[in-house]
Amino acid sequence: MSAVHVSTNINGDDVEFVCRPDESLLDVLRDRLGMTGSKEGCGTGDCGACSVELDGRLVCSCLVMGAEVGGHKIETIEGMAQGDKLHPLQQKFLEHAALQCGICTPGFLVAARNLLERNNDPTETEVRYWLAGNLCRCTGYDKIVRAVLDTAKDMRKAAAKSSAKKASAKKPAAKKKAAPKKTAKKGARHAA
Amino acid sequence: MLKVKLGGTLVNKAGGRTEFEVEGANIMQMLRNLGRTCPELEPMLQKGVSVAVDGQIYRDAMLQPLGPENEIILLPRMAGG
Amino acid sequence: MPLDANTPDLRTEFKSVGTRPNRPDGVDKVTGRARFGADFALPGQLTGLILRSPHAHAKIKSIDTSAAEALPGVKAVITYKDIPEQEGCDKDVLVNIMARGTALYDGHAVAAVAAVDASVARKALKLIKVDYKVLKHVTDVDEAMKPDAPVLHPGRFEPVDFSTLENAAHVSGKEERKTATRAHSNIAGRYVFGHGDPDKGFKQADIIVEHEFKTEATHQGYIEPHACTASVSSDGMAELWVCTQGPFMVRDVCASLLGMDVSRLRVTPSEIGGGFGGKTTVFIEPVALALSRKAGKPVKVVMSRSEVFRATGPTSSASMWVKIGAKKDGTFVAADAVLKYQGGAFPGSPVEMGAMCAFACYDLKNVRIVGYDVVTNRPKQAAYRAPGAPMSAFAVEGVIGEIADKLGIDAIDIRLKNAAKEGTVSSYGPTFGPVGLVETLEAAKAHKNYKVKLGKNQGRGVASGFWFNFAGNTCVSINLNVDGTLALALGTVDIGGSRASMCLMAAEELGISYEDVRAIIADTSSLGYNDISEGSRVTFSSGLATIKAVRDLKVKMCGRAAKIWGIPEDAVKWENGAAHPAGSNAGNFPPLSIKEIAAQASATGGPLAGHYEINAEGAGPSFATHVCDVEVDPDTGAMKVLRYLVVQDAGKAIHPSYVEGQFQGGAVQGIGWVLNEEYFYGKDGTLQNAGFLDYRIPVCSDVPMIDTVIVEVPNPGHPYGVRGVGETSIVPPLACVANAVSDAIGVRARTLPMSPPKVLAALEGVAASKA
Repeated sequence: MSAVHVSTNINGDDVEFVCRPDESLLDVLRDRLGMTGSKEGCGTGDCGACSVELDGRLVCSCLVMGAEVGGHKIETIEGMAQGDKLHPLQQKFLEHAALQCGICTPGFLVAARNLLERNNDPTETEVRYWLAGNLCRCTGYDKIVRAVLDTAKDMRKAAAKSSAKKASAKKPAAKKKAAPKKTAKKGARHAA
Repeated sequence: MLKVKLGGTLVNKAGGRTEFEVEGANIMQMLRNLGRTCPELEPMLQKGVSVAVDGQIYRDAMLQPLGPENEIILLPRMAGG
Repeated sequence: MPLDANTPDLRTEFKSVGTRPNRPDGVDKVTGRARFGADFALPGQLTGLILRSPHAHAKIKSIDTSAAEALPGVKAVITYKDIPEQEGCDKDVLVNIMARGTALYDGHAVAAVAAVDASVARKALKLIKVDYKVLKHVTDVDEAMKPDAPVLHPGRFEPVDFSTLENAAHVSGKEERKTATRAHSNIAGRYVFGHGDPDKGFKQADIIVEHEFKTEATHQGYIEPHACTASVSSDGMAELWVCTQGPFMVRDVCASLLGMDVSRLRVTPSEIGGGFGGKTTVFIEPVALALSRKAGKPVKVVMSRSEVFRATGPTSSASMWVKIGAKKDGTFVAADAVLKYQGGAFPGSPVEMGAMCAFACYDLKNVRIVGYDVVTNRPKQAAYRAPGAPMSAFAVEGVIGEIADKLGIDAIDIRLKNAAKEGTVSSYGPTFGPVGLVETLEAAKAHKNYKVKLGKNQGRGVASGFWFNFAGNTCVSINLNVDGTLALALGTVDIGGSRASMCLMAAEELGISYEDVRAIIADTSSLGYNDISEGSRVTFSSGLATIKAVRDLKVKMCGRAAKIWGIPEDAVKWENGAAHPAGSNAGNFPPLSIKEIAAQASATGGPLAGHYEINAEGAGPSFATHVCDVEVDPDTGAMKVLRYLVVQDAGKAIHPSYVEGQFQGGAVQGIGWVLNEEYFYGKDGTLQNAGFLDYRIPVCSDVPMIDTVIVEVPNPGHPYGVRGVGETSIVPPLACVANAVSDAIGVRARTLPMSPPKVLAALEGVAASKA
């Protein structure tokens, strides 16, 4: 098996790597690029601990081949905080004690961010179904769901504030992005 | 004299006897004397037992003082998850 | 060690303890920086993989590794011959990590390779030729107890002859008498607990309910597979980085299996991605060390999920018979039980603890429990959260639910009537000290969930549970830094936020801010021996040792202040983060803060540190009561948990968020056990569902919010009243959900899991009997 040369973009940075054709994106991230924030809990797309975004779509990186990500954009847990400023979800996970052992946490955070980017006002049921592809064995999910709902609330408040500011500055209101309708999520997110 | 009750498997090993009177000022001495009184128990005692003293379970505290007023119960060695 | 005079034995007023600060390892864990077992890498490391038996039971006639060894890139191949038996090692652990002559279960390790990468290692595994002679197997506990069952360890266990037991000191239960009268050889142990005379007691009963129950094996299901990196150099010095609940255990067991001096092996625990008891033993660690020793290079071994299911510890499956007699007013007069737990291919199922916990919640004058430890062709069971207790509680609490229904007594009232309290002689022997079962029952009864009106096909269940809680060997160091902040070194791995709790207790004891203490988990060469993080012992034991280490440090700091002021040491007291003269007679000196003492440490006698080493005792038991509402779909048998309430005695909640987290996590693991989770074996004895797709643990959309109430009945054995909380929460859910289903649709589930097809079949049975 000869190695494949791949040019891609991870967390906004152009990245090049070589990998064997049988390596998953997760293998590449962890073993070739030293990005061990994405975790392998099963290797079969059932646990979500390896969740990343591929061109904005939530996928299990263990089900994506490393060789096929050339020219795509990948977002991992390592790109979630901006410098020393945590993403609001990261902050809320800490405040709500939404992690115990922490192995599933990166996957949950990536998945939850992807949800809130689509829908900043999810119901509890919507949160629970969206996160149904991420397994957590420690928390019973209670505090995770609360942290996500609480983040969404803060994000809506912040959005309302900034749009009020803009309105008072008599700028035209930003076009409201319609949240895409969610379909069968588990199937969708697992299709690479 | 200490009154020592047996629990669990230990009863089978002691030929059905459930209670013993032995000398001893602490758990170590009590176990040593119990082994002498009932040699059939010796292998189990060697393997390790827990000792409940007035409801408090001790797994290794061999020097825990004992007196005739204490409720002393030998239990199998235990571990958690 | 002297306590300073103003420290009461049992503290009841707190500043830091009971607050909910962010955990010290939190930012690392939300940013992906935290390093778990598989996240370590060493320069030049090899990839280790393990070849496993595809048979449930087979003689290994020969193993030919020559082709694998000849493959370019392969640096070492090992079999049991490379791990010769050492005197005094644990033979069962030795055989479990690598089969010696016989493969005892599907997934049993047979050989291992280390190669330059995973691709080469996988090829090498395929080149190892193992000649098996397949033997008859048995995986079911009742089957394994039959006289004609295949015997796993011929000649090892004294055969149990049931025909003699009727005349034994403890007459066994009905089930035992009827099964057989011949000798059985897969029975590794028989255990009896209880007191009084159940046979007489049953004669006073107005109502007697007895049933047989079965539960399947479930896996701890930690999301992080076992992983380790071993590096053994040619002089025998070795390092191991590993995710484990017990780094000192790993060090001592590996050294013993591999014939090494303990001092040669340094084990550094990584962050651990869940354990629940499953990481309290060794599997891949000695194999990785043996591979590294042979290859002369570092070797990393990471299990796949399928290997985790096939070859690490699930808990036991169980077959049980329970009988309880009660008066019309609900008073229990007698209880009897036979518990049979299979613990996989080796002795050591948690049946003794299951037996001791079975009736522990109740004040019984006549009680007897007989337990059997049985071996089968399954992986060696490992501890799983309150090992043994959830199964026996499932049976006992189910029978109690039925008695309450038949007598028309409220499910909480009947438990209150019989609840164990201080002074109750427990069913397993000892008399209880202060315990909080009654308080949990009362709080559950008062909770709003208990008053919600239920709709059609909905039902409510109640169950209580008990766990002993353990303490054990613990060693803690606290070092005063130059600026007055503190470095706290702990030896108990942090599974669920314990570093935060330790920092809170240290801050409380010193009267300083939580942020001024940093806790780390030390490696095995940096701190004295610590027992495994197990038995709900960490917050109790390491907390106790932290408090005592801080008191040691406070005494030393007061001594420095005394020298600086030129007054006697006992004329100095510690208060609010500073040394003060103890009274007006001691002199009029302004307080010396911890920062000032730290700054002068070097000039006043050298570094300041506190230590404490103890084999801790006095972990008080923790009781819980759970209440659950379910709705069952009568057309499909599927059920939904609508509400779930956990009420548990924590003694004192140090960090309430993580106490709640333990309650919630345990409850949901229990819900998984009752609804979906099971080890499913094929006719050939191989595991059919070794993955998270087919072994279904609860997902986020399966469960509701888990409501919690923390009851605090202080444990006199801890300076702050702490009781362990990690394990009790998984004890009641099995029966709690089953009782709710019964309330909803009139079907009593006595076989777990109660998956939709089973519920549907039972519903159809009820309908047929009514027709």
